Amino acid sequence: MDELIEILQDLHSDVDFETCTTLIDDKILDSFDIVSIVSEVNDRFDVAIPAKELIPENFNSAAALWALISRLEED
Amino acid sequence: MLFTSLQFIVFIAVLTAVYHLFVPQNEKWGLLLIASLAFYFFADPRYLIFIGVTAFTAYVFAILTEDYNSKRKAYLKANKESFDSESKKKYKATTARVSKLFLALALIINLGILAATKYTNFVIDTINTWRTEPLSFVNIIIPMGISFYTFQTVSYSIDISRGTVKAQRNFWKFLLFTSFFPQLVQGPISRYGDLSETLYNPKPLELRNFSLGLIRILWGYFKKLVIADRLVIGLKTLVETPDEYKGAYVFVVMMLYAAQLYCDFTGGIDITIGIAQTLGVTVKENFDLPYFSKNIKEYWNRWHMTMGTWFTDYIFYPLSVSPTMLKLSKWSRQHLGNAIGKRVTVYISCFCVWLATGIWHGAAWHFVVWGLMNFVVIMASQELEPLYAKFHNKFGFKGKKWYSAFEILRTFLLMSSLKLFDCYRDVGLTFKMFGSMFYTFNIGKLFNGSLLELGLNKGDYWVASIALVIVFLVSLYKKLKGREAREMLFEKLPLFVLCAVCLLLATVVFGAYGTGFDASQFIYNQF
Repeated sequence: MDELIEILQDLHSDVDFETCTTLIDDKILDSFDIVSIVSEVNDRFDVAIPAKELIPENFNSAAALWALISRLEED
Repeated sequence: MLFTSLQFIVFIAVLTAVYHLFVPQNEKWGLLLIASLAFYFFADPRYLIFIGVTAFTAYVFAILTEDYNSKRKAYLKANKESFDSESKKKYKATTARVSKLFLALALIINLGILAATKYTNFVIDTINTWRTEPLSFVNIIIPMGISFYTFQTVSYSIDISRGTVKAQRNFWKFLLFTSFFPQLVQGPISRYGDLSETLYNPKPLELRNFSLGLIRILWGYFKKLVIADRLVIGLKTLVETPDEYKGAYVFVVMMLYAAQLYCDFTGGIDITIGIAQTLGVTVKENFDLPYFSKNIKEYWNRWHMTMGTWFTDYIFYPLSVSPTMLKLSKWSRQHLGNAIGKRVTVYISCFCVWLATGIWHGAAWHFVVWGLMNFVVIMASQELEPLYAKFHNKFGFKGKKWYSAFEILRTFLLMSSLKLFDCYRDVGLTFKMFGSMFYTFNIGKLFNGSLLELGLNKGDYWVASIALVIVFLVSLYKKLKGREAREMLFEKLPLFVLCAVCLLLATVVFGAYGTGFDASQFIYNQF
């Protein structure tokens, strides 16, 4: 999780990713950010996030994104 | 049958009455289908063949895909113990190919029909620029709204393949999703997951919903007939005689077209959503005060939203996260450094999206250039973001009201400049006319009565100006209060009725029809 927070902080250092649960709803992350995150996650965790998982629910918080990564790792 | 024709108004009135008075709730979708097919039939009976084939293709391949995927899952479940993690992965990958084949066939057929009808002559025209003996154009019909309904079926096919929606087993219900008549003319581009439930199980008749839908229809006609169809007269004169109208007149074109396109497109969408609402169907919004945007990215999140999200979900994301792009991203970060490397794939995908957006808008080079210019501006603003951040930190302008107004004005002017491609419909001419604003100093001519020679008289300018002020105030209300003015008015029923009557009278009295005017087709209808 710390590594994920690090990836997110690299994109927006002014956001508290530990607590924010409206990253998409409040337009903090845009489509460019999402693609950067997918690419970083693929590199660091060796997990490929498919396009069908690129939905607001999976990116609204660091916790949701972490849950997605964990689920894909299990698959 | 134009939305602005008396025929259409009678068609809607009769349909609404029969729909609410005589048709049972669970059979309402059937009447909507008949009405949609009739609407298409009256436009041109041949259109029915095209929309039928598109709907049938998406329908059949969706069922094949879903059934095949269910069997795969059932097989995996039944033979759970005989698979280890590696063989499970292998089985999934091998069988996924069949599922992808179904999707590919559905997309090739439906996008093929779109390409053949809409772009054949564009390709011939482009080839002819290099040939001494030109090829002759083919006489091909372009079915009304083909870009819209094709995109709807394509999104359905992809969603089925992704397993995010369930396949519709009733062909007639699926045909209704593809052909729902209010949105055939100019969208919005609905997703099956959003529209199907409300289309097959519409809300029962209810005063608030019906009244809000009705006033929205009136509001749409007001914008279309009082503003858009009036301004188009002056615009035509300015654009069709560019040699006569350079310099400051190009700025007038920018302003007139920004107002005309907005009122035409949002007016049409208001009529579409309003009609659906009176029928108890909820259609997705397509605009969210785009002219209040502070940058071009925000503008595109607020203008023609269903098209923007379509391109993001079905082109930008799949392309950006494809294995090839992820490999390229990794390579470029290793070789070009993290800062530049991570942008490479995003920019390639973004380029593809804007190229596709330009082509989607029309079979002409000016649309392609318009799309690519949007790409250039978005990329430039993305690259300049750190510079803006430094500037804001140093001077602390960000968040100040006057600075927000400046950002809104800057974005509006930028977007209006790009729209010139759509006005002049010629890439070279557009650049020439845009440039003339900076070297032809004829601002004085705007005040010597020349604007009254464009086909619009003083009365027209007054009517359009007052109507635009009303549109602005209604938009400002939504911006400040976060809800639609009509919803507030409905809470004060007598005022609501008064406003509806005023809107109706204003549209009837000041609508641009009669001698010298011609209620024109909606601009987005051509897409």
